[in-house]
Amino acid sequence: MSKEEFCSMISVSEPGPGDGGNTGSWRVVRPVIDLEKCIPAKTGKPSCFNCWLYCPDAVVTKTLPPTIDYTYCKGCGICAEECPAGAITMVDEASFTKEEK
Amino acid sequence: MHVIESGNVAAATGVKLARVQVIAAYPITPQTPLTEKLSEFVESDELSAEYIPVESEHSAMAVCIASSTTGARSFTATSANGLLYMNEQLHWAAGARLPIVMCVANRGVGAPWTVWNDHQDTVSQRDLGWIQLYCSDHQQIHDTVLKAFKLAETVSIPVMVCYDGYLLSHTYMPFDVPEQAQVDAFLPPFKPTHFLNPEEPRNFNTVTLPDVRPDLHGNTAPGYMEIRKTLHSDLRAALTEIEKIDGEFGEAFGRGGDPFVEPYRCEDADYVAFCMGSLSYQLRDVVDAMREEGTKIGVIGLKVYRPFPDAAVRDALTAHKGVIVFEKALSYGNQGALYADVKSALYSAETRPFVHNYIVGLGGREIKTHHLYDALTESIKNEAAIGDEPQWVGLKL
Amino acid sequence: MRQDIIEIRWHGRGGQGAITAAKIVANAAFKSGYNGVVMAPTFGTERRGAPVYTSLKIAREKIYDLSPIATPDMVVVLDHTLLEEVDVTHGLKEGGQIILNTPKSIDSYDFGAHRLSVADVTAYALEAGLAPGIVNTGVIGAFAKATGLVSRELLREAIRHEFSAMKPEENARAAALTYDRTVIGGA
Repeated sequence: MSKEEFCSMISVSEPGPGDGGNTGSWRVVRPVIDLEKCIPAKTGKPSCFNCWLYCPDAVVTKTLPPTIDYTYCKGCGICAEECPAGAITMVDEASFTKEEK
Repeated sequence: MHVIESGNVAAATGVKLARVQVIAAYPITPQTPLTEKLSEFVESDELSAEYIPVESEHSAMAVCIASSTTGARSFTATSANGLLYMNEQLHWAAGARLPIVMCVANRGVGAPWTVWNDHQDTVSQRDLGWIQLYCSDHQQIHDTVLKAFKLAETVSIPVMVCYDGYLLSHTYMPFDVPEQAQVDAFLPPFKPTHFLNPEEPRNFNTVTLPDVRPDLHGNTAPGYMEIRKTLHSDLRAALTEIEKIDGEFGEAFGRGGDPFVEPYRCEDADYVAFCMGSLSYQLRDVVDAMREEGTKIGVIGLKVYRPFPDAAVRDALTAHKGVIVFEKALSYGNQGALYADVKSALYSAETRPFVHNYIVGLGGREIKTHHLYDALTESIKNEAAIGDEPQWVGLKL
Repeated sequence: MRQDIIEIRWHGRGGQGAITAAKIVANAAFKSGYNGVVMAPTFGTERRGAPVYTSLKIAREKIYDLSPIATPDMVVVLDHTLLEEVDVTHGLKEGGQIILNTPKSIDSYDFGAHRLSVADVTAYALEAGLAPGIVNTGVIGAFAKATGLVSRELLREAIRHEFSAMKPEENARAAALTYDRTVIGGA
């Protein structure tokens, strides 16, 4: 066997959406951003972005306004905990209709 | 160039010639002089490597895992309880497929506390997924270290180079040290296939689910079981590589022989003594004496214990009437582990020799040549009476 | 079992340099054509000053048995005060040699059927310019003279090599002085 043929299977993953599967389905509570309170959305300036910084799954964008990718958001609530403006509320998934999901 | 030095220095000299890049080690008798020598080489700039002193063997292996993951040629050494303290990281290094080389100066395991030689430390670690090679003299220690790096880096599996504590680590005998250029030609720089690289970020060995999973690109990524099966099949395939690398080494340095077993006066032998390490050389004197008395006997030293070269062992042993396995270790509550492996290898043979098991030299109990003589004589005389239970040699109470 | 191995046991105290002395003789013997050379120190937990010994076996062919010497052909004693603590003649073959560092005369000892050689190595080493108590290079001068196993020249070369960074000339001189003044007794 050549060197390349050895070690054909190892545990390796690349950073990027979806490498851990469709983790959005795990969510029981959903973070919802109130754009009236969100600092970058309210001021129109690229500032704060604590939600983007703290999100362990990198599903929050560093944009104006910030957005959340619900396909992969597990609903951990860290963004809501860290938001200095109290702009993120965790809302029960059951309160959303199938279409809204 | 021939030098007369200790077995630990023979190992250190091999590691230096292998141009190792990272050394992390914690002192433990009887390994200590090996890594002391390496720290001298680094201090004097004879060896350009990072020497990372650590606070435990567990950390030593953790550092080697980290450095090897970045693609650096990495080395550590230990003995006995130090090896066992590494245990969790040893499994990790094998599962992560890191080509780390580690010397183990074999020593008995506490309790009760002992610093002297037997093989319980490494034999108890036979199921890690590491390759285990055993040496019988200083030249073999030195040469095996060089071969170990090449082997590890070819098959992406870590390798233990095992040699008897004190009996080899602290004795002095002549061995040949090759030129650096010769070694460089045999052992090119380490080029890993997978490694941590900031340009291409990767996660290695995170939680791996029982089942396979789709990866980022929609391909099926292996689950735990596929990865572990690959480790096993690569270990089996490594037997071919061991043979190949031994051949290349022999061509380059003019030393070697059978890569798996080292037979002595076995061609026409009715009986064969079988063991690992320097004991196989001590048994040569016993074989000579018994041959003079008319007993057709030989001895085989096993050089590769994991992966177990069952075909080579079967080929070497089936033609004889009896095989007497001497071991400095025991699978407590059962039998000698090597004895069980030998019997297992012989099971599929058409004709099988009788196999006996002798436990010798635990915790450094001196192995007297006449004890070995008596054991072999007893086995040949009372074949049927001995049976399957391990026999203990050299007990005084 | 093998009859072709010359077995030499070296008695000293921890830190006295018995291992280095035996290693130098091993090197010189190897260069003289003895391809089988094995030197095995006592294994364990010796401390500075405690009696220790090391086994040196030499033969024309490779040596496979690493076990300690039980029946030496020669014993070398680096310090005469060891005679009060250790039976240095234990297992010594009949007619075997004893090489002893002592300030006393050869007539003050009676080792029966064994052959004794003596030298005041401690004094000669001081005279050669070594620090007090450095006796390991001197004693191998006595060993070489008494046994004839290695030549004066090869020994000198081996000492210079081993002590290349530590007073090589003084160490070589200590061996040479002792070589010339060693008193060899009869059986």
